[in-house]
Amino acid sequence: MASGQQWVLVEMVQAFYEAPAYHLILEGILILWIIRLLFSKTYKLQETNKLTEKEKEELIEEWQPDPLVPLVSKDHPSLSYDIVTGPPSHKIIINGKECINFASFNFLGLLDNDRVKQKALTSLKTYGVGTCGPRGFYGTFDVHLELESRLAKFMKTEEAIIYSYGFATIASAIPAYSKRGDIVFVDEAACFSIQKGLQASRSVIKYFKHNDMEDLDRLLKEQQLEDHKNPRKAKVTRRFIVVEGLYMNTADICPLPELVKMKYKYKVRIFLEESLSFGVLGEHGRGVTEHFGVNIDDIDLISANMENAIASIGGFCCGRSFVIDHQRLSGQGYCFSASLPPMLAAAAIEALDIMEEDPDIFTVLREKCTSVYHALQGTSGLKLVGVPLSPSLHLQLERSSGSRDTDQRTLRRIVDYCLEREVALTIARYLEKEERYLPPPTIRVLVTVEQTDEEIQKAVSCIKEAALAVIS
Amino acid sequence: MVRTSTMVLNGNLTVQMNQTILQNRKQRKNGHVNGEKRTNFPAAKGVSCRQYSPESFEQAPMYVAVLTYLGFGIVTLFGYFRDFLRAVGLEKCHLAQEREEQKEFVPMYQDFENFYTRNLYMRVRDNWNRPICSLPGPAFDLMERVSDDYNWTFRLTGKTIENVINMGSYNYLGFAENNEDFLKTVADKTLQYGVGVCSSRQEVGNLSSHEELERLVADFLGVESAMTFGMGFATNSMNIPALVSKGCLILSDELNHTSLILGARLSGATIRVFKHNNMHSLEKMLRDAVCSGQPRTHRPWRKILIMVEGIYSMEGSVARLPEIVALKKKYKAYLYLDEAHSIGAVGPTGRGVTELFRLNPADVDVMMGTFTKSFGAAGGYIAGNKELVNYLRSHSHSAVYATAMCPPVVEQIIRAMKCIMGVDGNTVGIQRIRQLAENTRYFRSRLKEMGFIIYGNDSSPVVPILLYMPGKVVAFSRAMLARKIGVVVVGFPATPITEARARFCLSAAHTRAMLDKVLHHLNEVGDDLCLKFSRRKISPRPVLFNETDFELDS
Repeated sequence: MASGQQWVLVEMVQAFYEAPAYHLILEGILILWIIRLLFSKTYKLQETNKLTEKEKEELIEEWQPDPLVPLVSKDHPSLSYDIVTGPPSHKIIINGKECINFASFNFLGLLDNDRVKQKALTSLKTYGVGTCGPRGFYGTFDVHLELESRLAKFMKTEEAIIYSYGFATIASAIPAYSKRGDIVFVDEAACFSIQKGLQASRSVIKYFKHNDMEDLDRLLKEQQLEDHKNPRKAKVTRRFIVVEGLYMNTADICPLPELVKMKYKYKVRIFLEESLSFGVLGEHGRGVTEHFGVNIDDIDLISANMENAIASIGGFCCGRSFVIDHQRLSGQGYCFSASLPPMLAAAAIEALDIMEEDPDIFTVLREKCTSVYHALQGTSGLKLVGVPLSPSLHLQLERSSGSRDTDQRTLRRIVDYCLEREVALTIARYLEKEERYLPPPTIRVLVTVEQTDEEIQKAVSCIKEAALAVIS
Repeated sequence: MVRTSTMVLNGNLTVQMNQTILQNRKQRKNGHVNGEKRTNFPAAKGVSCRQYSPESFEQAPMYVAVLTYLGFGIVTLFGYFRDFLRAVGLEKCHLAQEREEQKEFVPMYQDFENFYTRNLYMRVRDNWNRPICSLPGPAFDLMERVSDDYNWTFRLTGKTIENVINMGSYNYLGFAENNEDFLKTVADKTLQYGVGVCSSRQEVGNLSSHEELERLVADFLGVESAMTFGMGFATNSMNIPALVSKGCLILSDELNHTSLILGARLSGATIRVFKHNNMHSLEKMLRDAVCSGQPRTHRPWRKILIMVEGIYSMEGSVARLPEIVALKKKYKAYLYLDEAHSIGAVGPTGRGVTELFRLNPADVDVMMGTFTKSFGAAGGYIAGNKELVNYLRSHSHSAVYATAMCPPVVEQIIRAMKCIMGVDGNTVGIQRIRQLAENTRYFRSRLKEMGFIIYGNDSSPVVPILLYMPGKVVAFSRAMLARKIGVVVVGFPATPITEARARFCLSAAHTRAMLDKVLHHLNEVGDDLCLKFSRRKISPRPVLFNETDFELDS
């Protein structure tokens, strides 16, 4: 083999010597020609496209940007806010009118609790207000550590992590785990902070119909087929299901036991947002896992805010240390934001104390929720959306006029009618252009333990009257 | 290779700067590209009220960079070795493990994602997240914690390390305080309102005190209107998407804070990044953007938003605002200024960088800032003209979906802001601003004398000292804590890999004695650890503002 090659080489060199001069010259020219073709451009894109400085100046002169923000018309429904003077607790003063509060997420009435206030005050005297730093840089206070361990203990999980803002909690937690290329299955009715978290994660997002396990099953099956085609990719693609315990937008509960079955069947992790169900559902207020008797370790991550039942500020995630600890370096809202003011953390600890000492509070809340739910049935022209256990219900128009604006105005008239008669309600607000699946316009009815039976009676009859007066 | 540049602080010069920029461009057109070299502003000569504010980024000697890389190399190699030992079972892995039931799931984390955490960060993590158990004032008490397993877990001993001088908190004006007389209004609010709000601004969370605060903020900043939000980080990330969207261009400084980057990403606009505080880079991008429009379609951009910070928290540099404003006007872009660190902290009356440069706040389209730092509270604001704020009131994500700011925090901001503004004739606020400026000047000049390389603007209370090598970063932080000084150190990935640093935040509450103590220990530790890398000759007596010291050199 080697000798044969050598022979070919020798022959080539010999042929080169023997070839006539004109042949060599011709070949040389051909080679040069090929080189030229290789390195020259056949078309001159750059030159035709280049603008002269003068043209550039003209372009700059000509360009007119859009205004920074479009003008908002003076009568835009969300421009003028209702003004609340005084604390928004059991009674609330809206636009100067004192009402019974059916509009705040203060389910357990802890906003007005003296013990909570005193605890906050004591903390204020020691720590002042702000923390002046993120958790990493001397923004970790003993109160934060205590609150984290208390939350973990309360929820019976290994670890908890607190954020300084409720909205930022799940919105930071999702992108900490789910990255580009990962797949998230999410309920259509998911609240806005979940949507923002998903957007920040840049993952592939698949929406399933609200609480429809068959639809989710279909999507997961599709994904399974996809995975069979490309097992190498499937091996590194993380999958998550993101659901809410008690839905903000629809006031119903997710079918958690079925979701857990799906989880093990398709090997998908579950992230559960419990802002409304934490401190509401379950015998001890531990949320939807306790409500269904699901082992909390089966849920990979639970996130909730402390701005509803706890009536403080901030949010937390809890779960196994394997999962939660990762956020201490990867949760953007945790690492890059100032930590929660200690007095707010102290208030949350006291609220937890109260919840632990007196689990009856949850029974009371459940009873009130159910009675409001049943009382509001059969309101003419209005449909009650939600489940009996939910303290946050929606009243929706039975017949939509077809125009969202008109519907909003109708509902607003009902709210105003009730405000006149000292019952505070509010319209559920959404950013219409930003929502992935915009819920229909509704009135929120929020139940708290502070509301007496008479007040509930009054509110219900007031709503019924208003509906009759406005809709018919 | 000393790169120094001079900035002129005079609002009257805006026009001249505009011309300078034009001149620069002309020069480039004729082929005289100046590179990094900046033109002196000739008009500044002889103007009595002029102030120079030198901003320096001295480069370290070559051997430092080599050693730094070498250091990282060794630690990385060691990490691989440890990983190997763990894989064969010779070393116990302390990290929390996946549950047995879920071992077959796609792994939550890829192995390489955690390499850095597992092998580098774990070794040194005692330097961060140090828990404190007192007010974050000029001195604080740390909770002593020890680790029995090389930082995998910590155990609190129950003891406290008392009176550690706090050089880490952003307590610029000393409003992190617990004096009962000062906090009386805050305490009253707490008793009256409790701590939560339990509703969003658009529903029933709009308290009259929020509106009062917003009027005050607008007043303070000298703009038409303002809106406040419950979290500083979210002020950026939840409002930028309301301002720009697809078809818009964001020009963002490369060192912008994560919240700005997140907001920009959520907005769906195209993002381009210009070199830190580099006006040539910015102008080139603006020109290109206006001339060639959107990629592929070549339609003109709907709008261009320049996003910069007042003071950059890791560099201590101040945005070159006069030039940015001139550029923005020329190219009809909009300007988003994040004053998280500068509001309250710079400017003769604490109004931030616009005041520092004597610019009209109306020249900045979106003024954003936070209350976490100078005001010792929490939350953020966006201020500007009425149209902007009205639009945000109806379209901000925060106003619709997030819980409103809590009443005691609102009260704290109102109290601090009134104090700074000198409402009811008090002079405490202005004294604190002066004190901070003096502390800053003193601390910075002393550090320079000692031969440390420090970054940033001379008027910035954020003072980064460059440490470079990963080993020194850790040794420095531990040595300072042993001397009862709490410092913040940051390294890769928060900074470029070769530029690990310690960051000092000055406060008006620091006394001269405290600063002297810190400086004394810094000097010693600096000698012990060989941290004085500066090769600049600085005369022992600071003739700091002598023009000849700042020869331009490219």
